[in-house]
Amino acid sequence: MNLYDIIFYLFAAITIVSAFIVVNAKNIVYAAFSLLFTFFGVSGLYVLLGADFIAIVQVMVYIGGILVLLLFGVMLTHKITSVDIKAGSVQTIPAVIIIGIFAALLIGLMYSTHWAVNPAEIPVTTTKSLGKTLVTEYVLIFELLGILLLVAMIGAATIARRDGDK
Amino acid sequence: MYEYLNNIVGNEVITYFVVAALPLFLVVLPFALIAVLAERKVSAHMQDRLGPMRVGYHGILQTVADILKLIQKEDIIIPQADKKLFNLAPFLVFIGSYAVFAALPFSSKFIGTNAEVGIFYILAVSGFVVAGILMGGWASDNKYSLLGAMRSAAQIVSYEIPTAIVVLTLVMITGTLNLGTMSEQQTAYFWNWNILGGAGEGIQQILLIPFMVVAFTILFISTLAEVNRTPFDIPEAESELVAGFHTEYSGMKFAMFFLAEYANMFAVSAIIVSLLFGGYQSPFGYLGNTLGIPALIPFEQLFWFLSKGVFFVFVQMWLRWTLPRLRVDQLMTVCWKYLIPYAVFNLLIVGIITLI
Repeated sequence: MNLYDIIFYLFAAITIVSAFIVVNAKNIVYAAFSLLFTFFGVSGLYVLLGADFIAIVQVMVYIGGILVLLLFGVMLTHKITSVDIKAGSVQTIPAVIIIGIFAALLIGLMYSTHWAVNPAEIPVTTTKSLGKTLVTEYVLIFELLGILLLVAMIGAATIARRDGDK
Repeated sequence: MYEYLNNIVGNEVITYFVVAALPLFLVVLPFALIAVLAERKVSAHMQDRLGPMRVGYHGILQTVADILKLIQKEDIIIPQADKKLFNLAPFLVFIGSYAVFAALPFSSKFIGTNAEVGIFYILAVSGFVVAGILMGGWASDNKYSLLGAMRSAAQIVSYEIPTAIVVLTLVMITGTLNLGTMSEQQTAYFWNWNILGGAGEGIQQILLIPFMVVAFTILFISTLAEVNRTPFDIPEAESELVAGFHTEYSGMKFAMFFLAEYANMFAVSAIIVSLLFGGYQSPFGYLGNTLGIPALIPFEQLFWFLSKGVFFVFVQMWLRWTLPRLRVDQLMTVCWKYLIPYAVFNLLIVGIITLI
């Protein structure tokens, strides 16, 4: 077990523990803040996989964008912070059965598949090649996504605008 | 640097820890010590006062005395506060500020990480600061703290956009996200700096100059807003919000916020320096080259990087005591109606110029 294994298990533990808190927290603000550590752990895992750009995008979009949006939503909504979220268990037996079947299926698949093990070197940087692929091979999808986001933005601005404003 | 340290320490892990701690002890802490005093002295002299004069010669040891006092203070946690989040918030804010230092090129021999994502990483980790500020503001259970945190977060998130667009402009010219490589390209002598069109040749370089000045102006304004300094300090506007999100903090936790603020001031100055003002490069060539001692060059580079950074910190202080504070609506107008459109047009024009 070398240093990178230890770091991997550290990030994996951060991700799993904080994700568990997100699901189980009684206080919605706690849930929102534990999500921060989940996102952070996932981005750490991306770094270990050699996907530096994706890791940074994960931090930028999820922590810098979505999480802050979520926190704003939680804090600005009237009295939502003091509401107890229902986190009890209902219908335990069917849930355990379904999860058991699903887990068995996944583990069975994991062991029966012949994984294509690729001993290739982890790329030093992925930014340049990602950029090139985005504007050559996937340019249509890239542009369509851009238009979709623009439409969403205009829609949000239209909805947020008060009637009196011109 | 790494090999040298590795040889001394003899262990990869310890080397990483030492390298990670170096900017803290060599730059952030001494800088904060000097900058706090400098701010008080600068403000005093601008208002025709003397400032702190009692401790040491002309009050030189005033900050040391302040720190000793802060360490002795009782750590007050108000009973209504949410204790876990209240205690975590200062650390999160400081982590966000200090993480930036990993990608700053202090000299050609010392840059925390040489990862290719450099400046993009710096933009991303500021998200931790926003989350920390919101956490502190909410956990304090105080309306002023919450309002201050909201304002601060809204401001940082908005001003990230013009910053990112200007950074994109620079990335387009230099073709790299790594601040170290960017500094390297702006080779010694100031006419090669990006603000004067970069190290390119011919007409393209001259055409770029006005647009680089626009880029610098936008970048300076928006980074100033990102660190919540006057004239953009409405998150901690004393007349409206007491002290904003850190109203309820005392002792060392308050000191953490304070340290993070000063670390941030230097960090954004260092970003401006590495993007536009030659990074660690000297404006006039190196003494080490003239004397024939190449070992001197990295230290000279460190000196130039820190001096340029400190110069921009001084400009920030200067502005603080010159300009009045903006209103909230003016703040958002400046960002969304002026800076972002200008930054986008600047990006387009620079793109056209680089294609010529």
